[in-house]
Amino acid sequence: MGFNFVSCQEESKIPDFIAPNLSEPSQWTTLNGFLSIGDNGVVTIMSPNPEIGQNVKTSMPMIVAEELDADWDQVIVKQAGLDTENFERQIAGGSQSIRHGWNNLRKTGATARNLLLQAAAAELEVPIEELTTSKGVIYHKSSDQSIGYGDVASKAAELSPSEDIKLKDPKDFTIISHSTRNVDGFGIAQGKPLFGLDVNMPGMKIAMIVHPPAFGMKLKSMDDPGIKSMSGITDVIKINVEPEGWNPQWSDVNAYPELIAIVGNSTWEVMKAKKALEVDWETDTALENSADHETTMTRLLAEQAGELARKDGDPDKAFADAVTIVEKTYTAPFLAHNTLEPMNFYANVTADKAELLGPIQTPMFLEGTLEGVLGIPKENISIMMTRMGGGFGRRLYGHFATEAALISQAVQKPVKLVYTREDDMTQGTYRPAYKVTYKAGLDQDGQLMAFAIKGSGIPGSPVFENRFPAGAVDHYEVQNIQIDTNISTGAWRAPRSNFIATAEQSFLDEVAEAAGKDPIDFRLSLFDKAIKAPVGKDNDYDAERYAGVLKLVKEKANWGTETSGVHRGVSAYYCHNSYVAQVLDVEIEDDIPKVKRVYCAVDCGIVVNPIAAKNQIEGGIIDGIGHAMYSAMTFKDGAPQQSNFDNYRLIRQEEAPESIEVFFVDNGLDPTGLGEPSLPPIGAALANALYKAVGKRFYQQPFGNENDLLG
Amino acid sequence: MATYKLNINGQSKEIEVAEDTPMLWVLRDSLQLVGTKYGCGIAQCGACTIHVDGKAVRSCQLRVSQVGEKKITTIEGLSEDGSHPVQQAWIEHDVPQCGYCQAGQIMTASALLSENKNPSDTEIKQAMNGNICRCGTYTRIRAAIKTAAKNA
Repeated sequence: MGFNFVSCQEESKIPDFIAPNLSEPSQWTTLNGFLSIGDNGVVTIMSPNPEIGQNVKTSMPMIVAEELDADWDQVIVKQAGLDTENFERQIAGGSQSIRHGWNNLRKTGATARNLLLQAAAAELEVPIEELTTSKGVIYHKSSDQSIGYGDVASKAAELSPSEDIKLKDPKDFTIISHSTRNVDGFGIAQGKPLFGLDVNMPGMKIAMIVHPPAFGMKLKSMDDPGIKSMSGITDVIKINVEPEGWNPQWSDVNAYPELIAIVGNSTWEVMKAKKALEVDWETDTALENSADHETTMTRLLAEQAGELARKDGDPDKAFADAVTIVEKTYTAPFLAHNTLEPMNFYANVTADKAELLGPIQTPMFLEGTLEGVLGIPKENISIMMTRMGGGFGRRLYGHFATEAALISQAVQKPVKLVYTREDDMTQGTYRPAYKVTYKAGLDQDGQLMAFAIKGSGIPGSPVFENRFPAGAVDHYEVQNIQIDTNISTGAWRAPRSNFIATAEQSFLDEVAEAAGKDPIDFRLSLFDKAIKAPVGKDNDYDAERYAGVLKLVKEKANWGTETSGVHRGVSAYYCHNSYVAQVLDVEIEDDIPKVKRVYCAVDCGIVVNPIAAKNQIEGGIIDGIGHAMYSAMTFKDGAPQQSNFDNYRLIRQEEAPESIEVFFVDNGLDPTGLGEPSLPPIGAALANALYKAVGKRFYQQPFGNENDLLG
Repeated sequence: MATYKLNINGQSKEIEVAEDTPMLWVLRDSLQLVGTKYGCGIAQCGACTIHVDGKAVRSCQLRVSQVGEKKITTIEGLSEDGSHPVQQAWIEHDVPQCGYCQAGQIMTASALLSENKNPSDTEIKQAMNGNICRCGTYTRIRAAIKTAAKNA
C-alpha cells in the first residue's frame, strides 16, 4: 500500500491519499473536467463536492467510474477546488450531492467511455458497435483484440462524443451498489494532513478572532489592547466582514460582523494573547434569555392565531364532533453544530489576488462574498477545499473564511484563522429553538378525524404543512407563528425535520394508544387512506414507499413479539426524498434505561455505496439519539451558557446503541438523500421506547440524563 | 522561551517554545505532526490523544516542560506504513465518516490493546468513552477494536 504521488491537475495543496499502489504515467490526457487518463491506464477522477464526512469523495467518483467502466483499483480520486466552469452545485447541503449529481456524473463517465470507444474503433479498424469494455480495457471479441484506455486516451481527447450515449442498465453495475471503502480511509488512519486545520504554508501566520461575549453586544473600544508586546504576536486589528454598502447573501449569517483579530507566530502564543486581551463591549440590541424564549413561545401558541399554512375540510367542526381529543406540546432548545474540527480557514490575499484553502460547504457562495468584501474580482479568487472535520450545516455559513481573507488583506501576510472550541460554540449558526402543539380528534372507533398543528420557533416554525399526516386526514390544519431573535441561527443537519419528526412521531404514538391501536398498524391505516383516497393535492410524500419502510422494519425487528425486559418504540419519517422507519429497543440496566438495539429500514432508491450508506444511517441514528437525550444551547442576557464539551453534552461511546441493523429497500429507483434522513425520526423511536420502559411521555428535549428519566 | 529535547516517534527532536506550551501545539506547530488533532483544549474530546511511555495521554493537557525523557508516540509514529493492527482494522471496517477524531480514537484503542489483549465490550466502551466522535461511528469503532484484538 502506498499513497498517491501522481498529479495531473493543478497541484492540490492538500494531498489526496489513496490505498492502491499505482505507478506514475509518463503522460496524462484530460478528457473532461472530471477525468484524466494516464498512458498506463491510471485514471484520475475529480470529486467536485465538499467532503464533510458524508463520503461523497468516494461515492461521486464511483458513479463516474461506473459509466466509464474503469478499474476502481486504478483510480485516483482528487478533491476539486471551486470550479464553476467544470462542475455544478459544489455544495454540501440538503443531502443533494448524489441525487442532484446522479445523471450528470453518469453522463460524464459514459461520454468519456464513448470517446475512448471511438478512438479504439479507429485504432483496431472495427465497428464501434462490436466493442465492449471492462475494467479499463476495450475488447473486440471476434478478432480477439483488446486495447487499454491508456493506449487510446490521447486520440480520444481529439474526438467529439456521439449523440446518443447510452447509460448502463443498473443490473450491470460493477462499482455502484458494491461496497467501496473511503478513498481517504488510509490517510485518516495514518493521521495525514487532510483537514483545514492541518494546512501549513510558507510564511503563514496564525490568526484568531475575539467576538462579543453575548448576542446583542458589540465592540465599544480597544484603545490599548495591551498584548502587542506579547511573545510571538505580530498584529492586533479590527475587522468588519460586512462593509458599508455591501449586501450579505443567505450564506453570510453572522451575528458579529465586527471583530478583533490577533495574529502571531504560533497557535499557543495567539491563544495566550487572546486570553490576556482587554476589550470594552457595549449593548447594541436586546440581550435575550432562554427562559423568556420559553415563555414567549408558550404564550403565543396559547393566545395568538398563527398564519394559516394549510387547511383541509372543516377542522373546527371535526374537533367538536370528536369523541376523544389528544393535545400535546413539544419543545426543543437551540443546538450548536459542534463539528469536531472547529471553524478555520487559510487565506493569502495580496493586492489583486485571493487564495483560500479550507473547509467550506458552500465555496460557490463564498466566492461571491469574497468578491464583494475584498473588492477583488472573482477570476482572481481561488478557493480550494480540504476534507472537513464535520459539517452538519455549520460550514454552509462561511464568515470564518471571509474573516481569514480580511485579516490576511489587512496584515498583508498569509494567515490561517483558527477558532478555539469556545469561539466555535459561542458564535454559532444554531439550530433554532422550537415549540409545537399537536391536536388530534378521534371518532368512536378510534379513527383519526381531525389533526391540527400549531408551530412556533425562534426563529421560524419547523412545521412542513404538506408532509404526513397531511393527505391522510379529512380535516387538517397547520398554523405557524414567527418569532424574531438576534441569536444567529441556520441549517443544522436535517433542518426543521430534526425536531418536527420527533414531535410528530411521538404524538402519533400517543394518539395510537388513545385509539387503542398498535402504533405501526395505526400509521399503516393512515397511509392506506393516503394511498386510496388522498386528501388535498400538495402532499409531499409517496404513501406507498412510506408504508413500505414501516412494513420492512416491522418484519425485520419482529415487531409484535414481546420479550421480557425489552421496551420498544417505533418511528418513521420522510425527508430529503428518502423514507426511514426505525424500531428502537430500550432495556433497564442497573436501574438506568439503555438503548440496546436499533432496526432501521431505508428507502433511498439505489444505494451507491452500501458500506458507506450504512455508516451514514448509523451515524444519523447516534447523532439523533445524542441530541434528543443530552444536548442544549441556552442563553442568559444574550450570553451562551455552554462553551465547551464540559458543559455541552454530546453522546459518547457508552451511550451508543449496542447494535444498529440497517435494511435498504431494493427498488432500482434513482438515488435520494442519505446524509440526513436517518436522524429526524430516531428521537421519537427513543421517546416511545422510553415511555414503554419508564411509563412517562417525553415532550421536552433534551430528555435528560439517565437518572432524570426515571424520576 | 526554552529549549527542549524530546523523544518523538523514536527520534530526538529539539524545539524552542514557551514552557507552558501544551504538547498538542508543540506537535502541530513546531514539528508539523498534525495527525494529533485539536478538538476542545480541555481534555474532554480525546482528539489530541498520544502515547507517553505507551499510555494514552491528552496532549492538550501535557505541558512540554513535563515531558522530559519520556517517549512520545503520535499517530504518525504508531507504524511507519499504516500497518498497525488497529489502523488496519479501521480501514477494514471503513470506520471514519469525517475522520477528524479517528487518530485520537486509534491512539486510545491501541493503548488499550497494548494493556489488555482481549478487552470485553464493557472494557472497550469504558476505555473509549473519553473520545468523542461527532459523526457517531461508535459501533464501528467497537467492531474495529475487536478485529484488531483478533489480528494483533
